[in-house]
Amino acid sequence: MATTVDDTRRHGNLHRHADSESGTCVELGAARPLKLDCGVELGPFRMAYRTYGDLNRDRSNAILVCHALTGDQHPADPPHTSRRGWWELMIGSGKPLDTDRYFIICANVLGGCLGSEGPREINPETGEPWGLDFPVITISDMVRAQAMLLDHLGIDQLFCVIGGSMGAMQVLQFASSYPERTFAAVPIAGAARHSAQNIAFHEVGRQAIMADPDWCGGDYLRQDRVPRRGLAVARMAAHVTYLSEAALHRKFGRRLQDRPSVTYGFDADFQVESYLRHQGSTFVDRFDANSYLYITRAMDYFDLAAEHDGVLARAFADTPVRFCVISFTSDWLFPTSESRAVVHALNAVAADVSFVEIESDKGHDAFLLDEPEFFAVLRGFLRGCAEHRGLPS
Amino acid sequence: MSPFDATMIRRSPIRADLQLIADMVEPGSRVLDVGCGDGQLLDVLMHDREAVGRGIELSQAGVNACVSHGLSVVQGDADTDLKDYPSHAFDYVILSQTLQATRSPKVVLQHMVRIGRRAVVSFPNFGHWRVRLALLTQGRMPSSKALPDWWFETANIHLCTIRDFLLLCADLGITVERALALDNSGQDKRIASPRLANLLGEHGLFVLSKERGGAG
Repeated sequence: MATTVDDTRRHGNLHRHADSESGTCVELGAARPLKLDCGVELGPFRMAYRTYGDLNRDRSNAILVCHALTGDQHPADPPHTSRRGWWELMIGSGKPLDTDRYFIICANVLGGCLGSEGPREINPETGEPWGLDFPVITISDMVRAQAMLLDHLGIDQLFCVIGGSMGAMQVLQFASSYPERTFAAVPIAGAARHSAQNIAFHEVGRQAIMADPDWCGGDYLRQDRVPRRGLAVARMAAHVTYLSEAALHRKFGRRLQDRPSVTYGFDADFQVESYLRHQGSTFVDRFDANSYLYITRAMDYFDLAAEHDGVLARAFADTPVRFCVISFTSDWLFPTSESRAVVHALNAVAADVSFVEIESDKGHDAFLLDEPEFFAVLRGFLRGCAEHRGLPS
Repeated sequence: MSPFDATMIRRSPIRADLQLIADMVEPGSRVLDVGCGDGQLLDVLMHDREAVGRGIELSQAGVNACVSHGLSVVQGDADTDLKDYPSHAFDYVILSQTLQATRSPKVVLQHMVRIGRRAVVSFPNFGHWRVRLALLTQGRMPSSKALPDWWFETANIHLCTIRDFLLLCADLGITVERALALDNSGQDKRIASPRLANLLGEHGLFVLSKERGGAG
């Protein structure tokens, strides 16, 4: 991918550069740079995105899908891979986000590593990868970049903005920052702020990466090394937080991995160990370690109430947006209490809000999985919104 | 599994007492239905009265059925969640057949007349003559069509009579704009006298309001 970026830079053909790996890449902020929360002005910067379905004549049927920490701009039908998209169940013809009805947009977040401007991309001022010179970004910065992408696409108002986990944070931030720019908002398995426990888990992951000698103080790209072990450990620890005890027990129990008895050593005796090691090593092939640092930091900094004197309700004062807040019973990373706090804030401004807790034992990752009741609720909510918005059924 | 049939809500005739409430709501109003169940009343209000409707429902199955039908409903509890809502946010706050199951009926009522310009409340009347007679002759907690469950399994922890309710409203400075005595099918029995209503009404249905204080 670095080559692609390099080629693009060299040829100076940045506008709407088509690239099957990153989807479509667009350069934004050339005229007016993106003012980041950290004070840096970023521009021009690249946004890689993907669309599904067709934009209608009124430009009123667009849905912005916001991806989670390690997601990408290919929620369905990813290129060059046997993997399924991370929301393959959700997006497509006849699915809840019906591509026959809606125009779906999904962009790689700012700070990401799949084509949007981030630490892995080339810093135009130096011609070298940004590395740790990339400015620290926030959820709010990510959302401002998404809004600039919508400007570029000529979409004044979305029909809906939707996402799970970090995607839900972006949804809440988008609805708060741009209430006039979306008709509906669906934050799933999210929170209006990152909890101490979640910051703690992220810190474990970051420390694992930074403890890897191949991280090279963040300069590994230039030194042609990859902090594989550190990033893999970070992923392993994080992956546990995405599951639940019940799900782990059902999937693995105490079963041993291809052996009749324990080996009295430190090989992966247990299936659950083998599974985690596999999760770690495959993750390294698709994700950039510095990007992991930046994005986890953005989540840690997220506290929507903080910018409103600590009163979350003020983030949504007089909001015209229709909300559907969804949580899952076994999600202990973003528990229902976090979603309920959002609902209470929305109630406090008499916002139009639906709130559903879905019974599931699959933990945080339930939002990516086949949960029929979740899909039924989402379909109903979107159908109701489409009716009010006057979208043809 | 959800006890609510997905096809049940729309366009089927609703309970007579709910229809009575729906008819009381002025078209185009903002309505909060507390304990909205599967959303029957909300659906009628939104489609027939062009109301802007919201619901709170305790049971997850009820909430899921509502949201799946495009109704704006949150999972929540009348006892704990009404305090979040701002004053005067709705034209009507409705509590149908739920007051007697709340932990603090008094607090719930106060919140209702604070949040809504009007509150609509209905409940089974423990002062009905059959209830009185059953207690008198059998010496047991009455079981009737309006109160079908035994004392040890009923969700109704704060039963009251129509007279009790009117006294509480007077205590709280709440104005009773309309008072109806209903039969078990939810039809208005057209009884004007409160004393007779308390004797002959299986259910009571009330429209309430409260003068706004300076703090409002």
